Amino acid sequence: MCAKLLDKIEIPVDRYELRLSGSGGQGMIFASVVLSEAIGGTGEKKVVQSQSYGPEARGGASKADVVISANEIFYPKAMKLDFLLAMTQEAVDKYYPDLKDDGMLVVDTALVTEIPTDNYYGIPCTYLAREEAGHAMVANIVALGAICAATGLASMEALTKAVLNRAPKGTEDKNRKALEIGYRELMKLKTEKEAAK
Amino acid sequence: MTTATKPKQKSDVFHQYLRPKKKFPNVWCPGCGIGIVMGAFIRAIDKLGLSKDEVVLVSGIGCSSRFPVYLDFNSLHTTHGRALPFATGVKFSRPDLKVIVITGDGDALAIGGNHFIHACRRNIDITAILINNHIYGMTGGQGSPTTPSEAFSTTTPYGNVEKHFEPCDLAAAAGASYVARGTVYHAVQLEKAITQAIENRGFSLVEAISNCHTYFGRLNRKGDGLAMIQSFKDRAVPVARAGKMSEEELEDKLVIGKLHTTGATEFCDEYQKVIDAHKEK
Amino acid sequence: MSNGTRKLLQGNASCVHGALYAGMRFFAGYPITPSTEIAEVSSRELPRVGGKFIQMEDEIGSIAAIIGASIAGSKVMTGTSGPGYSLMVENIGYAYMSETPVVVVNVQRGGPSTGLPTKVSQSDTQQARWGPHGDYTAIAIAPSTVEDTLTETIRAFNLAERFRTPVTVLLDEVIGHSRAMVKIPEEGEYEIINRVKATSSPEEFEAFEMTPNLISPMPAYGEGYRYNVSGLTHDTHGFPTNRADEIPIKLNKLRDKIMNYVDEITKLRVEFMDDADIAIISYGSVSRTALQAASIARQAGFKVGCIQLCTIWPFPEKEIKALCENCSKIIVGELNMGQIVEEVRKVISDDKEIHTLQRYDSEILTPMQMLEKLEEVL
Repeated sequence: MCAKLLDKIEIPVDRYELRLSGSGGQGMIFASVVLSEAIGGTGEKKVVQSQSYGPEARGGASKADVVISANEIFYPKAMKLDFLLAMTQEAVDKYYPDLKDDGMLVVDTALVTEIPTDNYYGIPCTYLAREEAGHAMVANIVALGAICAATGLASMEALTKAVLNRAPKGTEDKNRKALEIGYRELMKLKTEKEAAK
Repeated sequence: MTTATKPKQKSDVFHQYLRPKKKFPNVWCPGCGIGIVMGAFIRAIDKLGLSKDEVVLVSGIGCSSRFPVYLDFNSLHTTHGRALPFATGVKFSRPDLKVIVITGDGDALAIGGNHFIHACRRNIDITAILINNHIYGMTGGQGSPTTPSEAFSTTTPYGNVEKHFEPCDLAAAAGASYVARGTVYHAVQLEKAITQAIENRGFSLVEAISNCHTYFGRLNRKGDGLAMIQSFKDRAVPVARAGKMSEEELEDKLVIGKLHTTGATEFCDEYQKVIDAHKEK
Repeated sequence: MSNGTRKLLQGNASCVHGALYAGMRFFAGYPITPSTEIAEVSSRELPRVGGKFIQMEDEIGSIAAIIGASIAGSKVMTGTSGPGYSLMVENIGYAYMSETPVVVVNVQRGGPSTGLPTKVSQSDTQQARWGPHGDYTAIAIAPSTVEDTLTETIRAFNLAERFRTPVTVLLDEVIGHSRAMVKIPEEGEYEIINRVKATSSPEEFEAFEMTPNLISPMPAYGEGYRYNVSGLTHDTHGFPTNRADEIPIKLNKLRDKIMNYVDEITKLRVEFMDDADIAIISYGSVSRTALQAASIARQAGFKVGCIQLCTIWPFPEKEIKALCENCSKIIVGELNMGQIVEEVRKVISDDKEIHTLQRYDSEILTPMQMLEKLEEVL
């Protein structure tokens, strides 16, 4: 074994890695859990969700990773992201370097102003949540709708079911609406992008 | 005392509850009051008609904590200060068992102080018999949380600069639903208190003031065991009489009898309601 | 949750569901990150099966309560993290001495002291072996994924009940807080072992009898056998002894009842080792890093294999020696400053290179770090 290893290795192609990032209280972990349930619930794919957060319940950086594969997932955390959702400026600054060159970036343009690439989808999740869905709290659910439209990893039906299953009673309408808004907005951007091509 | 009139019968009762093949003589010094507490306890159990199988005796570490080893019940001799949480596990797991903790002033109030107040707070149906001799006997006479201010011990050679705990006040404040004090002079009253404590459904404390003439007595010139026990007689005031006495008059007195009761709900009972409400059929 | 259902569970919740499947009916604990969900899920699930949960005033009380409950006949568990485990060790020693089955889950975080409450570590590996004072033989197992946390917790209960001993489950923050789809096993899918009950009459009963397999039957309090349980060194009846002829009998029993069956306790996951020239030895979440790195290295044509210690204690000396027979190099990866590598050194001959890959900066070892290490040692 004279030839060295690092020149020859390839990142495994059987994994799809997402990161949902923002600050504590924005519901990134909740969104990642719901997404994982929607994807894993069908039993077709393996999914591992993990997170990192500081000791504080609100504020501070927060990120959650979701790794999806048809095969056994060895390493439970992300290695090189296929998808990044960034809900704060800090998050996009911090995690954009972890995104693959052809990875997909979705940012909350209500809170993120400086975006390090032109290749991204920008949705004002927090604004839309407040103005259209009825509460800024569901910004993460708007983002989930966008993730669904952007990646097609889960059906809207499965995602809606997973969200409603975990959401507090009485918030069903807001959450359903938030999902639809996110989905709609991203689809709009996708169509524009396709057209521009 | 009625001992003199029926000596044979009393002793028969006593022997019926000792571990048949075991391990006497015991570790206690001649004249130690712990044996008197053990006698009162046995008579209480006998009077209550409890079967040996349904009684669990739990203790920690110290002179008093050797007590369960000598008796023919389920016995659990645990680590220093931890008898109450062990007992909590036994009782909560098997609420049908009668769980009695035998502890001392160091075991219950120093190293086990936190467990003590929380067992009181939960009002779990455990009876704690706290044999208070105001000193660490087993390790050789060090100061304990009930060693009085200015008293001497091997770790307070110039007199104790600390204040002491009153276990009964502590238990009542923390939520125990039965609190009584007795002394080893007042063996019959002690038996009665232990009986009531076991009958109470909730956390019960019986503080039994006892003598450690070997250390506390010797270091504080309190005389031998007999002299110390005699002093309990002199200092004791029944609770009813104490109510009519001033604070000055009660200085240095030992108020004995049932000091405190509440009708608080019991922990295991309350948890059973949770099970009844949520158990999957 | 009913048998057969699939659900997204956190590692800590998976642990509880494994425990419930194994028959846990009593849990006492105290909140501590990153293990708290074990207590929370237990508090929710236990009453549903008629079991008992109690939040004690501290970890000392928690371990004491589960030992008491175990002696009273329940299958018991507590969950904690490093600082709490440190508080528990005196009474874990009591459980060794009194031969009481208890399962103690340590969801490891960085230490010493308060350390890094929300960050991963494997620095309690040796503590799981040598936590309490005195001589005894410890069993500790280390799940590596959310899914196997469920099955390994079942195994922990089986080992505790079979050998009448504490079993430590070494989780870590990554596993405890990760989520994956977990299937609650069907009834009968896994074997459940319960402690041996007494069959002799109470008169003939000898609480710590020297049976052929050294496991003494263990009746519950209240079943008519009124025996003494003590943390003092005791004779076969359970009564304290200072006799020089009785003391070694007890201490040998604590060792031999486990070491005589070490082959049935040892468990390894071995991958890509058939023709491996380099072996990566690891446990817990790091073994996932190792598998990832080895599979990448294999794809690139390098003969790298993985040995995962599912049972950490007793250390699988014989198996490690045999598996590494044809390797020239060994890498031991762990999230500490080298707690298992010394055990490996004890059993590996001098002609092999032993390399270490250690991380203790609060993050898990990444596959890239492992690959870089491989590059370095190739």
